[in-house]
Amino acid sequence: MIWVETVMQGVTLGGLYALFAAGLYLVLGVMRLANLAHGAFIVLAAYVILLLASLLEIGPLLAALIAAPALFAAGWLLQRLLLNRLLGEDILPPLLVTLGLSIVIQTGLEKGLSAQSRRISPGPLETATVEVGPAVVSLLPLLSLGSAVLVVLVLQWVALRTATGRALRAISDDPATASMVGISPPRLLAGVTGVSLVVATIAALHAGTLAEFQPASGTAYLIIAFEAVLIGGLGSPWGALAGGIVLGVAQTAGAALDPEWEVLAGHVAFLAVLLVRPRGLFPRASG
Amino acid sequence: MTKPFLETLELDADYGDCRALFGVEVGLAEGETVAVIGANGAGKSTLLRSIAGLVRNAPEMVRLDGRPIGALSAEQVTRLGISTVPQGRRLFPSLSVEENLLIGGRHGRSKGQWSLGTVYGLFPMLRERRKAPATALTIGQQQMAAIGRALMSNPRILLCDEIGLGLPPELIRDIYAILPRIREAGASVVLAEQDIGRALRVADRVYCLTAGRVTLLGRPEHMRRHDIHDAYFGVRA
Ligand SMILES: Nc1ncnc2c1ncn2[C@@H]1O[C@H](COP(=O)(O)OP(=O)(O)OP(=O)(O)O)[C@@H](O)[C@H]1O
Ligand SMILES: [Mg+2]
Repeated sequence: MIWVETVMQGVTLGGLYALFAAGLYLVLGVMRLANLAHGAFIVLAAYVILLLASLLEIGPLLAALIAAPALFAAGWLLQRLLLNRLLGEDILPPLLVTLGLSIVIQTGLEKGLSAQSRRISPGPLETATVEVGPAVVSLLPLLSLGSAVLVVLVLQWVALRTATGRALRAISDDPATASMVGISPPRLLAGVTGVSLVVATIAALHAGTLAEFQPASGTAYLIIAFEAVLIGGLGSPWGALAGGIVLGVAQTAGAALDPEWEVLAGHVAFLAVLLVRPRGLFPRASG
Repeated sequence: MTKPFLETLELDADYGDCRALFGVEVGLAEGETVAVIGANGAGKSTLLRSIAGLVRNAPEMVRLDGRPIGALSAEQVTRLGISTVPQGRRLFPSLSVEENLLIGGRHGRSKGQWSLGTVYGLFPMLRERRKAPATALTIGQQQMAAIGRALMSNPRILLCDEIGLGLPPELIRDIYAILPRIREAGASVVLAEQDIGRALRVADRVYCLTAGRVTLLGRPEHMRRHDIHDAYFGVRA
């Protein structure tokens, strides 16, 4: 039953990857902005959780709850003060600015806190396991899968069932016509980037407790997030989850065959899916 | 004409280095229906988009109740009670028919007779297809939905950009047949049209645009057919 455990491990790892992807998906889906700083924001959030937990001597969950509003505010301000002014026909300015931002965050963390690897201590959950059918899985990765499903459900519910979600879909379809019906994109988009950083904080809590991270980890997070979003397509937040799971399963299966193949197997799966479905598993409906 | 409550004053509009309107002056009085006629590229849409705030201008170039609104954004203008049925309909493809209507009603004036119920009363077809994605509608139904979306904000002024374009004649007639109902509900209407005959039949006053300039204006009953043709096609007298 080794392969069952391998697949289970892959699926739960996919949950973490889906959390990386969900925040990126949100911004890319609503405003067609590829936020190249998303990985760096996840790392930044992980350090904020780490520092809060050690300074205030609180658990990582409580630290993340305190960090989340701060990161929301940071995302809000970033959008209001900077990104809203760069959105437009030309997609290059936001790419350059967010790339620059990721470099600033990474070097800032390296200079301020050292480039050393750190880990957020998960406490007693560290070694907890649960039996799922024939397989035994560690609890921590399972929790990240649960968080990912929850995040996707909430995003989906807001998008489809609320007036705000309706307005966001309209902005995503056609910003000019959206403002013609009285929607004010700048304010809504600030909220979207704020929420994407809250999702980044959730991702950071899981990534930081599951494994070590360092200021430079953002690049790897970003690549995984991008691959998962592109595999999933921009039609539904479930795509981010599906994309994360495809990558996670490919990586653990690759690693089971030969540990050196782990990362490569993920990239191969990414290319394979895009060859078959260039617009991803859940493509956007086009007008 | 009674005193206009919406007017453009020496309106110039540019797309980058390219000027599309040159000193255009039009006015709309309460309860009036005004048609703007002109050939392809004459500047009809640009005029409507300038009023709607989709093309930004100097503040004084557009006035509503004497207040300069030329530099306001489209969302601000919409909130003042000016609503647009854009050329090509531009429904939101990710939204259902009903969601397209609801989104039109969200930022408008709350008092007025238009609501989901009355819009469905005007276009019963839309009620039947309310759950369908906007893209699943026929072109005629899409045009109705675009008009419905604009009405949902209970506008004082409705800007209609070539609402008959691409529709079969009997559907154009149906669409135009609802204009009186829209006026009764209290909206003044600006119609951009390429079809001269249709414009003359429904409008209280007509402006003819040629290459970005007003070349003729008047009441349909006072306008001579060949003057209109000369102005429309840019023939100089
Ligand atoms: N987005 C744009 N960028 C640059 N030029 C534009 C743009 N839109 C319109 N124009 C130009 O402005 C002029 C007026 O165009 P406009 O669309 O207002 O004409 P119109 O009377 O609505 O024509 P039609 O009947 O074909 O809709 C044209 O010369 C057109 O090429
Ligand atoms: Mg036009």
